[in-house]
Amino acid sequence: MADKVIYAMYDDDDVLKDGAKLLVSKGVKVSEVFSPFPIHGIDPIIGIKNTRLGIVAFLFAITGTLLATYGMKFFMISDWPMNIGGKPNATYMDNILAFIPITFEFTVLCAAHGMAITYLLRNKTIPGMPAQNPDPRTTDDRFVIELRQSENSQFSDEELVNLVQGTGIVELDQKEIK
Amino acid sequence: MHKEAAIREPLILGHKTYHDITEDVCKPIEDKAPKTWYVLFGIALIIGLYGIGCIAYLLGTGIGVWGLNKTIGWAWDITNFVWWVGIGHAGTLISAVLLLFRQKWRMAINRSAEAMTIFAVFMAGMFPLIHMGRLWLGYWVLPLPNQFGSLWVNFNSPLLWDVFAISTYLSVGLVFWYIGLIPDFATIRDRAKRPIPKKMYSILAFGWSGRAKHWNRFELVSLVLAGLATPLVFSVHSIVSFDFATSVIPGWHTTIFPPYFVAGAVFSGFAMVQTLMLVMRKAMGLEAYIHTRHVEYMNIVIMVTGSIVGVAYLTELFVSWYSGVEYEQYAFINRATGPYWWAYASMMTCNVVSPQLMWIKKLRRSLIFTFIISIVVNIGMWFERYVIIVTSLHRDYLPSSWTMHFPSHIDIGVYVGTIGLFFVFFLLFARFFPVLALNEVKTILKSSGESYKNAPDHGHVEENSNSNNQ
Repeated sequence: MADKVIYAMYDDDDVLKDGAKLLVSKGVKVSEVFSPFPIHGIDPIIGIKNTRLGIVAFLFAITGTLLATYGMKFFMISDWPMNIGGKPNATYMDNILAFIPITFEFTVLCAAHGMAITYLLRNKTIPGMPAQNPDPRTTDDRFVIELRQSENSQFSDEELVNLVQGTGIVELDQKEIK
Repeated sequence: MHKEAAIREPLILGHKTYHDITEDVCKPIEDKAPKTWYVLFGIALIIGLYGIGCIAYLLGTGIGVWGLNKTIGWAWDITNFVWWVGIGHAGTLISAVLLLFRQKWRMAINRSAEAMTIFAVFMAGMFPLIHMGRLWLGYWVLPLPNQFGSLWVNFNSPLLWDVFAISTYLSVGLVFWYIGLIPDFATIRDRAKRPIPKKMYSILAFGWSGRAKHWNRFELVSLVLAGLATPLVFSVHSIVSFDFATSVIPGWHTTIFPPYFVAGAVFSGFAMVQTLMLVMRKAMGLEAYIHTRHVEYMNIVIMVTGSIVGVAYLTELFVSWYSGVEYEQYAFINRATGPYWWAYASMMTCNVVSPQLMWIKKLRRSLIFTFIISIVVNIGMWFERYVIIVTSLHRDYLPSSWTMHFPSHIDIGVYVGTIGLFFVFFLLFARFFPVLALNEVKTILKSSGESYKNAPDHGHVEENSNSNNQ
């Protein structure tokens, strides 16, 4: 089904924020904001929930800690107990101090890479993806609000355009998308 | 929201708009490279290739071509390794630690400092690898199942900790750097006119579009990566110092090593950032973004870490005397007054005396003075590692084995070669990558840009709007 999209362009992040506030207060659903840098405070206005990537990082970190612990217990204690200068090697706990540096490094390694990969996949930003910003200037100094007709069916086309026009926009663009 | 006192010098000078920032950063990438770039690149490349030649000769012939001998088994190789790793500490410190401390001035320098870090760690990582002699067996440091029964690598050894520390540091640093680069590549992609650059930057930008949700994730990922990288920075050089501290060589076997090495690493890293940044800001016309205020802050870091290093030197001396251990005492007397007194004296002058000059405001705000000191500091820090490594080894328990270390031309070639390669990488970076985190810098334009800062409509201190008369 074809959908009509309105792109309202601003030249200032604060004007966009006020505009988004106004639109939302009128009951308009803002489906997306494109900006060259993070606009602080826009997320609650347009109803974007905070990311849960922090939890992902924690889970990867725990995995790293467990893997490192298990690995070193297997290599150094169970599989081939090395006797180096008569240092205690009978149990993992006897030797734990020597294992802390690598446990830490491996935890960080897993957390950082696990989170980074999840981040790229969730964003669908992977090599070869086409750019999806509506205007090339949105990575420079322009800020765009995207409104979808299908999400704002209580308003007519003209009503939406009129509402947007009252928010200090510099350009307006309408597109049909499939 | 970032608020800044009216009397603080703005971080962005001049009357910049968002578009100006994009222009200023992208221009050097889009324009033709100046002649000086080609000249510098040519020189760096020749030196780098000479270094590669030396390494090839070394690998083909054996470690014997270095000036090592039976008494001194570690010399320039490990000195260079520690020196480069140390230099590679500033970037992550700037981007991670200063992010956690909400230091906005980091935004102008973090990108290139991180690039510098990554290239420095490349150079560092090369030394242990070529020190193996048989580079192609380098994968033996990994805990892989192998044909020698179930013999694993020794997880009790600080040298193995180092393998994990350096590789984690390098890869996490790379990820942190690249995640920050993605939105800036998107900016260059959207400006590119010619088809090949457009294609290249499209691939590099991973299809970044700047959606609000993506920025939300971006900020959290940066924060968490900073949180992970902060202890990582401190752990890496601590572990490097364990290579020495856990041994039983007098002069190495000290508990002060981890903090002392970390301070030294930050000290030399910031010095290298200063050296590169002072040239880069001029060459690329970024004086509005990297200026005296940034230089002064970095000089204060150099002063503080330099003082920590100075205190550590003196503590070491005191503790060696206080320990009552004859060998320990001799190691330090020999360092200061033995045949390597000149190395010790250079280390003391460059690292202890020179950063103290930064107490004088005029000097720490002087760009030329900073440039000279930044080079002096890195010479001093190279001597520090040389003093620690060579003077502790060259006179061991058996006086008949006492000897001196003389570097061979291969020693020198490999070292100088890594400096060449480092600059090859850095010059390529400066040519093709955005050297400033341009989209991050835009976030501080309104709070710390000169034209916005004390303007009445955006101002935080309305009544003081006239006081900004700079």
